[in-house]
Amino acid sequence: MRPTTEAELAEAVVGATAPLLVRGGGTRTLGAVGGEVLETGGLTGITLYEPAALTLVVRAGTPLAEIEAVLAAERQRLAFEPPDLCALLARTGVSTIGGVVAANASGPRRLQVGGARDALLGVRFVDGLGRVVKNGGRVMKNVTGYDLVKLMAGSRGVLGVLTEVCFKLQAIPEAEATLVIEGLGDDDGLAALRAALGSPFDITGAARHSGRSLVRVEGMAGSVTYRLARLRALVPGDVTVVEGVESARLWREVRDVAPLVASEGDIWRISTLPTAAAAVVAWTEAEALWDWAGGLIWLCAAPGQGADIAATVAGCGHATLIRGEGGPVFPPEAAEVAALAAGLRAKFDPRGILNRGMMG
Amino acid sequence: MEMPRPDVLVLAGKARIVARLRSLLPGDSVIDAPEELRVYECDALTAYRCPPLAAVLPRTTEEVSALLRVCWEEGVPVVPRGSGTSLAGGAMPTADAVILGVSRMTRVLETDYENRFIRVEAGRTNLSVSAAVEAEGFFYAPDPSSQLACAIGGNIAMNSGGAHCLKYGVTTNNLLGVRLVQMDGTVVTLGGPWGEPAGLDLLGVVCGSEGQLGVVTEAWLRILPKPEGARPVLVGFNSNEVAGACVADIIRAGLLPVAIEFMDRPCIRATEAFAKAGYPDCEALLIIEVEGSDAEIAEQLARIKQIAMAHDPVEFREAADEDQARRIWLGRKSAFGAMGQLGDYMCLDGTIPVSSLPHVLKRIGEMSQDFGLKVGNVFHAGDGNMHPLILFDANKPGDLEICEAFGAEILKLCVEVGGCLTGEHGVGIEKRDLMSVQFAPEDMEAQMRVKDVFDPKWLLNPAKVFPLGITASRRAG
Ligand SMILES: Cc1cc2nc3c(=O)[nH]c(=O)nc-3n(C[C@H](O)[C@H](O)[C@H](O)COP(=O)(O)OP(=O)(O)OC[C@H]3O[C@@H](n4cnc5c(N)ncnc54)[C@H](O)[C@@H]3O)c2cc1C
Repeated sequence: MRPTTEAELAEAVVGATAPLLVRGGGTRTLGAVGGEVLETGGLTGITLYEPAALTLVVRAGTPLAEIEAVLAAERQRLAFEPPDLCALLARTGVSTIGGVVAANASGPRRLQVGGARDALLGVRFVDGLGRVVKNGGRVMKNVTGYDLVKLMAGSRGVLGVLTEVCFKLQAIPEAEATLVIEGLGDDDGLAALRAALGSPFDITGAARHSGRSLVRVEGMAGSVTYRLARLRALVPGDVTVVEGVESARLWREVRDVAPLVASEGDIWRISTLPTAAAAVVAWTEAEALWDWAGGLIWLCAAPGQGADIAATVAGCGHATLIRGEGGPVFPPEAAEVAALAAGLRAKFDPRGILNRGMMG
Repeated sequence: MEMPRPDVLVLAGKARIVARLRSLLPGDSVIDAPEELRVYECDALTAYRCPPLAAVLPRTTEEVSALLRVCWEEGVPVVPRGSGTSLAGGAMPTADAVILGVSRMTRVLETDYENRFIRVEAGRTNLSVSAAVEAEGFFYAPDPSSQLACAIGGNIAMNSGGAHCLKYGVTTNNLLGVRLVQMDGTVVTLGGPWGEPAGLDLLGVVCGSEGQLGVVTEAWLRILPKPEGARPVLVGFNSNEVAGACVADIIRAGLLPVAIEFMDRPCIRATEAFAKAGYPDCEALLIIEVEGSDAEIAEQLARIKQIAMAHDPVEFREAADEDQARRIWLGRKSAFGAMGQLGDYMCLDGTIPVSSLPHVLKRIGEMSQDFGLKVGNVFHAGDGNMHPLILFDANKPGDLEICEAFGAEILKLCVEVGGCLTGEHGVGIEKRDLMSVQFAPEDMEAQMRVKDVFDPKWLLNPAKVFPLGITASRRAG
C-alpha cells in the first residue's frame, strides 16, 4: 500500500486486517518483521520552510536528500547530521525523513547539538487504530501537554505511522576544520577525545577509527582558527589540520560508518560511556569506529558474539545488532521498563499490527 | 478555579492514612498539623490555594516508593513538589491529596567530568547543581530565572528553560536519565549516563509530564565546560517591528548568540524606575549575549553590530567591562520585580513563531486598551517565548477575572499564529482549560493514554494539564 495523503493512510490502517510493515525508504529497517508493506513514500513535500525562523515542516515520505538540497540552498541544514547507512547495510532505497525520525538517526554532531529527537519540534502520526494525532508544533519552546514528539522519535513505527514532522534547523557555519591526531593507541587516542570535549572549545565532532582520532570545530573563521590552536596544545600525538570540504568528507565517512562497510562480520551499534569505550572493544579482535568521543561504538565482530558483547556492555550501556544474523537485534530492557513500553504499544496499537516483532 | 471535589472517604480516613505514612518515615517527615500545612497550600501561582491532607518529606527513593505504595492502596491522590516555584499551579494540592516533597533529597550522588555528567537527587536546586561542578570549570546549562530556588525534580517535570536555552536547549536536551517511582511504588530507571535509550524514549515523555507519570527521585544531567567568557550588548529601537526584524536577521545570518532578550517600552520604563540600569527610553530593546574568548566575542559582536546598524537603532551599547555587562543585565533581571512594584501581575508564557512578533505585540497593545489593563513584555526573543506581564489589582473585585480573560485571549492569539500556550512554565491548573484551543480531542486522548499506562488509577497530580471534563471518568476509575 502506498497512500498519498494522511487521510488515505489512516484509512489503510483502519482497514488493515493483518500486520503491517511500515516503510519509508527501507534504508534503516532493523530486525526481521513481516506483514503487508505500508509505504510512506507517497506522502511528500515541504509544507512550510521559514529560513528566518529556522523551521521546516515536511511530509514524512519526503526524501532526505531532497530536504538537504533545499536547506543547503539557504545555507541551512539539519544539525544532527542523519547518517546514510545504505552502504553499510547494503540497502538501495531512498531514505525518507520519516524514517530518519523513526530511527532517531543522528550523526557525529549529536554530542554538541543533540540528536534527531532534539531537533524535532512537532509530529503528526496515525496510530494503530487509524487515529490521527498531532503533538508539539513549529515553535522552539513548547511544554504544552506531554511531549509525544520525543516518544515518537526512535519509536520505529511501533506506536504510529509518522505523516508530518517539523524541525528546528541550523545555519551552516562559515568555517569548519578537523584536527587529525595520529600516533596514539586506542586508549590514549580516546582519552584525547575526552580531553578535547572537556575543554571550552565547543567541539562538534570527536571520533576515532583506523588509528586516527578526529576532532572537529565549526563556526566563524576567526573562532575556528583560534580554537584549533588551543586544542592543538591540549592533545598529544602527531597533529595535522584538515579544513573545509576535506574536513566535511572525513565526517561523512564517520557519519556513514564508511570504514566498516567492506569489513566482514556482524555490525553492532553500542551506546556506552566514553571512559568505557576502549575496554568495550579491547577484548575482541573486532574492528571499531568510535563516535561521540567513544559514547557510540560501531563494532564489526565475528558472528555469534552477541552474548559476549551484551555481557561486556551490561551496566555501562547497550548494544543493537545492525547487520548480521541472529539476535536479539534490540537490546532487552529491564522488566519494569519493558512493561511500560508494552503498555504504550497496547494503547497506541491495540491490535498489535504495526511493525509487530520490532523492538522486542 | 474549579478543582475536583475531594474524596470524602479519603478525608474521613485521614487519621488512618497519616498513621500508615508515619509508620514508614521518621517523625518529622510526615506533616499533618493545619498550621504547618499552610506552606504547601499553593506554589508561585498564589491566587489559588488549598491545604493538603498531609505532606511527606522522604529522604530516599525507597521511602518514596513505600509512601506511594500506601497512597496507591488507599486511593489517595499525590502531588509531587520540588520547591513550589511553579507559576502554573502545578504543585497546588487538593484537600484529599498528599504532598510529596523532595526537598530533603538534595545530595550529589556522582560527578564524572570525563563522561560529562552529574547524578543528583531530585530536590537539589538548579543553581547548586552548577555550583557543585563549578570548581572544575563545568556548569549545568538550563538556567531558569528561579534557579536559586527551583529543584531539579520540578525542572524535569516542567521541562524548564532559561535565558541561555537558545544555544544550550532546555531541560529535556540536557537530561540523560532518571530514577522514577511509579504510583504503585515500582521503581524504574529510564535512560542513563550514556544518554541513548535502548528502546522507546520513555525519558523523553516523562520530562515535561508535570509530575503526572511518576516521582523523579534522581537524575543524570549533562554538564558542560564553561565558556571562556561572555558579553552582552544592548540595542534600542524605535519600534517593536524593527526590533523583531533585527532578531530575524541575526538568526538568518547564522549567528548563534546564547541569548536574545526583548523588552518593550512599558517594561523598560518600569525597570528604569525600579532598578536604574540606565536603559535608553525607547520603544523596544534587545539584550544579545555571545560567548567565547575575547577575540571570538569581538568577532561575533562585530557581525551583530553590522546587522543591528542596518536597522537604525537609537542606541547600540557594548559592555566594555564586567561592570557594564552587569548593568546591561541588571534591568532585564529586575524586570519581573519592577513590574511587581506597579501592582499585582500575571505572567504569561506563550510561544510564537519569531516572524509573528510584531503582529502579536501590536495585537496585545490593542487588547490592553480593550481590557483596560496594562501589559509589559519581556521575553526570550530568539525562540519566540513571550512573557507578557498583565498588571491588575488583586484587591479590586473582578480585576483578577478580567486579567485572566485578557490572558486567555493572548494565549489564543499565540496558538492562532502557529505557536503554543506555554513555552516553559507548564500547563498546571492555570492553562488546563485552554488545552482544547491548541489540541483536538484526539490529540489530548493520545496524551492521556500515556498517563493511563504510567498511572492507571490517575492518582498522581490528577487535576492538572487536561481539562477536568475530559479526565473525569478516568479520575473516578
Ligand atoms: C520568579 C520566577 C521565575 C521563573 N523563571 C522561570 C524561567 O526562567 N524558566 C522556566 O522554565 N520557569 C521559570 N519559573 C517557573 C518555575 O520556577 C519552574 O517551573 C521550576 O522548574 C519549578 O520547579 P520547582 O522545584 O519549584 O517545582 P514545583 O513548583 O514544586 O513543582 C512544579 C511541578 O513539578 C512537579 N514536580 C516537582 N518535583 C517533582 C518530582 N521530583 N517528580 C515529579 N514531579 C515533580 C510538581 O508536581 C509540579 O507539577 C519561574 C518561577 C518564578 C517564581
